[in-house]
Amino acid sequence: MKKSSRILILIIALSLIALYFVPLWNISLEAPQYPEGLGMQIWLSKITGDLNIINGLNHYIGMKTIEPDSIEELRLMPYIIGFIILFGMIVFIFNKRSLLLSWIILIVLIGTVGMYDFWTWEYDYGHNLDPTAAIKVPGMNYQPPLIGSKELLNFNASSMPATGGYILFAAGIIAILVLIYEFKFNRTGNAET
Amino acid sequence: MKNLNRNIAVVLFAIAAFAIVVSFSSCSDKEKTGPSLSGDEAEKVYVAPGKYDEFYYFISGGFSGQLSTYGIPSGRLFRVIPVFSVDPEKGYGYTEETKPMLNTSYGFIPWDDAHHTELSQTDGVPDGRWAFINGNNTPRIARIDLTTFRTVEIIEIPNSAGNHSSPFTTPNTDYVVAGTRFSVPVENRDVPIDSYKENFRGAISFIKVDKEKGSMNLAFQIITPPFDYDLSHSGKGPSDGWYFFSCYNSEEANTLLEVEASQKDKDFIMAVNWKKVEELVAGGKGTMMNTRYAHNVWNESKQLATSEIMTTVKTLKPDELEGCIFYIPCPKSPHGADVDPTGEYIVGGGKLATVIPVFSYTKMKAAIDGKQFDGDVEGIPVLKYDAVLAGEVKNPGLGPLHTEFDNNGFAYTSAFISSEIVKWNVAKQEVVDRIPVYYSVGHLSIPGGDSKKPWGKYLISLNKMTKDRYLPTGPELTQSAQLIDISGDKMKLLLDFPTIGEPHYAQGIPADLVSPNSVKIYKIEENENPYAIKSINDSRVEREGNVVHMYIAATRSHFTPDNVEGIKMGDTVYVHVTNLEQDWDIPHGFAIMGNQTSEMLIMPGETCTIKWLPYKTGIFPMYCTDFCSALHQEMQGYIRVSAKDSDVPVKYSLGTETK
Repeated sequence: MKKSSRILILIIALSLIALYFVPLWNISLEAPQYPEGLGMQIWLSKITGDLNIINGLNHYIGMKTIEPDSIEELRLMPYIIGFIILFGMIVFIFNKRSLLLSWIILIVLIGTVGMYDFWTWEYDYGHNLDPTAAIKVPGMNYQPPLIGSKELLNFNASSMPATGGYILFAAGIIAILVLIYEFKFNRTGNAET
Repeated sequence: MKNLNRNIAVVLFAIAAFAIVVSFSSCSDKEKTGPSLSGDEAEKVYVAPGKYDEFYYFISGGFSGQLSTYGIPSGRLFRVIPVFSVDPEKGYGYTEETKPMLNTSYGFIPWDDAHHTELSQTDGVPDGRWAFINGNNTPRIARIDLTTFRTVEIIEIPNSAGNHSSPFTTPNTDYVVAGTRFSVPVENRDVPIDSYKENFRGAISFIKVDKEKGSMNLAFQIITPPFDYDLSHSGKGPSDGWYFFSCYNSEEANTLLEVEASQKDKDFIMAVNWKKVEELVAGGKGTMMNTRYAHNVWNESKQLATSEIMTTVKTLKPDELEGCIFYIPCPKSPHGADVDPTGEYIVGGGKLATVIPVFSYTKMKAAIDGKQFDGDVEGIPVLKYDAVLAGEVKNPGLGPLHTEFDNNGFAYTSAFISSEIVKWNVAKQEVVDRIPVYYSVGHLSIPGGDSKKPWGKYLISLNKMTKDRYLPTGPELTQSAQLIDISGDKMKLLLDFPTIGEPHYAQGIPADLVSPNSVKIYKIEENENPYAIKSINDSRVEREGNVVHMYIAATRSHFTPDNVEGIKMGDTVYVHVTNLEQDWDIPHGFAIMGNQTSEMLIMPGETCTIKWLPYKTGIFPMYCTDFCSALHQEMQGYIRVSAKDSDVPVKYSLGTETK
């Protein structure tokens, strides 16, 4: 691999360390009564923001209480990202295109599975409602969008990547570009070290 | 032809009559609004929906005993802060947590007459930390925390009676003072009233304010001749270290004061070198005297008040304070004793005087050093009037009371009798403008107008009479203030606005010095109230003999528990409601049918306790009184009260869960 490719791989891997310090995803809610907005930030290992207030409001529609302690993904994610970082360093050190390929497949796979998991999580909270809830609107579900905004009763719910999410996306895209470069334009493969 | 002439005459007469009627009616309109309305007033006081006012204004509620918070220039009322009077709406003075705030050496007093708002200052400028206000009737000073807009401390003033000359602060809020309006025996005892001159004395109290916490502590009292101390201000800049107290009744009358206390041509402004007194006290001067006064403190983290009866006070007699106290003669029965922003001029407001005397601090110092005395009162030297006088403002209006200042070298004096505000040049002592007010202004107020740095721009006229200014409401009319634009050469009336109680005095401060610090919720994890519950799971009902404690959690939109049984006649029930919300502007209220105390409003994260003595057996609804949510109306429950000898066990539940 070219030296510049290797350095890029190292930078990508190291930049993922930032994910331990910034939130990945941001769900924000706005309503007439909440002009200042309510927010919920999803991190690798925790959920912060106005969780108690959101839980309090959600009980009217019978949504399950969001309890970070019982969400298995929050326990696993730090290890998964740690593994990706470690793997990235291995790719850098051992300088093998095959390793690069496996690394990127892993990143894409984890990313896709992660987003799907997030979607099912949202689906579960949005659909599996307490049948004795005070507010029941026939045909209504409260699943927030994966990315973008949606009107949910008096709330406008927006779901967008936060700093960590953007880092993750950028890392994935740059990694793929490096891969394309290495396989398409740098036919000499391991020649340059 | 003759007929035609007559007809013309009739028509002309009719036109003339109509013209007279029109000119009369337009004339009376003109009189009512004053001459200065020019058409852009509405724009100047209009604060668009959702926009903020430029200034907070803290307007004393006078005989309501409370302090109100207004926005200026709109004149909109934001909040009435309960201070000296009970407020069953909020539970103030009724909840177990707040009852001690109104304790005094006379027991629980549910009311007072609040007079002067005073904002804390740093370097001579209002800093937006605390507001102080005096209770005139049962002498007290209260401190209001401007992060919560709540009364957090009340200290009673012993040996004082009519705490009027209060609670004026020094430029760095070292002290607030309390001069007595009524001289009384010190210490108060059973003596003939006509032994006034012999037995009565005027106590001037210095209350030390903690620089960080704001907590008050009665440091010492100066026991002076039996005059009536009216108002006060501290010096600033060059005159920092001095206090100036106006006093009337230097005649020392004890009856028919309206005549007897108006005989002398001059009364006094008493100048006190407080820094020197402070040094003498630190050096051991003064005697400890036995007394009784209450000191009530609100504990922010415990969210409850405690009242302590203090039993001693340090007093000083004038003969122990040589070189510290001087009387400045001041015509006539002075009210205001106001110091200009530079600290050089001291303005007396002689309410029966025909001039406004302006005294010079520099000349006062020279007169003291040169011993230019005109006799003494009980050993306190009286300075020569002319030796201290900088000049007199001629033709200042009738009944000049109180003076504040703008940032351009002008003073504004209220004239009660001629019902006007007079603007004059401080250095030249010349009147430059005057404007009528409706009616009979007492105090006036300019943002920062008694400080080193007036913000100017507006003046509030705090009127004593309202008469025909608003739609009538029977014999008892609204009280009222008026907003006047002082940004130009000519004063311009902008707005009348109603106030609570009597708008006795007010102070204003730019909103951005207060609003960023405003607390939104109380953090539930910091709630150290002994009866707080931190989670719904801790809610419970406990019986200890005849006393029952109900620990109730309030969240949208139910109480936990909401069904309680096992309460018996003869029980004393304490209902401790914790609002577990941590969301802005979600208070819950709590009320029980037939409870002889009050309802209460519980802010997010707060615990409030109301006492309930069940009056008869039966079922008693309780409910949330502060509209909290779409299901607020469902936020209700029942309490069952059984006969004294019944065997109904304590039982409480929410939904299907019973405990």
